[in-house]
Amino acid sequence: LGVRPVAISVDTPAESRDLMRKAGYTFTFLSDPNAEVIRRYDILHKGAGMGGRDVARPAEFLVDRNGIVRWRNLTEDLRVRARPDDMIEAAAKAQ
Amino acid sequence: MNERRFNWPLWAGLALSVVAVFSYAFFFYRFPITRDVPWVSYILLAAAIVLLIAGVRRAFGGGIGRKIVAVVVAAIGVGLAALFVASVTVFSRVPTGANIPAVGAKAPDFTLPDASGKPVALAQLLAEPGANGVMLVFYRGYW
Repeated sequence: LGVRPVAISVDTPAESRDLMRKAGYTFTFLSDPNAEVIRRYDILHKGAGMGGRDVARPAEFLVDRNGIVRWRNLTEDLRVRARPDDMIEAAAKAQ
Repeated sequence: MNERRFNWPLWAGLALSVVAVFSYAFFFYRFPITRDVPWVSYILLAAAIVLLIAGVRRAFGGGIGRKIVAVVVAAIGVGLAALFVASVTVFSRVPTGANIPAVGAKAPDFTLPDASGKPVALAQLLAEPGANGVMLVFYRGYW
């Protein structure tokens, strides 16, 4: 599909490396430790992380080649995330 | 009668409510089918409450000591169930923002370090040969 998954969180690159090694993930992980981009996307969940840290709420965006959002998924419950199949379907539909 | 008999429904009810909570946290949470709507946990908790009620009724045929133990144990079990329901409903609500990029809107560009510390820009990912877009997955991160 040519759509690349990119995972973004407040984790540092070292924490992401750790996660990638443990879970065997090979896709791109980006670190936003000060939640600047997370704030720009207006998806900050204040004080919800470890030790009251500000984290991203779970959210998924499909961005096309022109930088336009083609699909998004905003859960209301942090336990309920987009499933891989949902994202693949959205990516396929947007072609 | 039954004065000295072990109140098994009571203790089984407590054990089952503990099992229900821990089995979700350490097992059922891993699978969307038993996580998104934690139906297995709800069934286990409902069974636990039935046992706890049976245990309390049974204790009310006995002395004051047994009654107090039964009520306290049942309260702990029901409390665990209530806490569980609250955590998977009220406590897992996420706030919603008014300025979240909408479908059809431009996704704000950014540059962030990847896992090796190398800066990566959204524009750069989109411009890669053969790239047909990216799926940005924001997640809560380590805890």
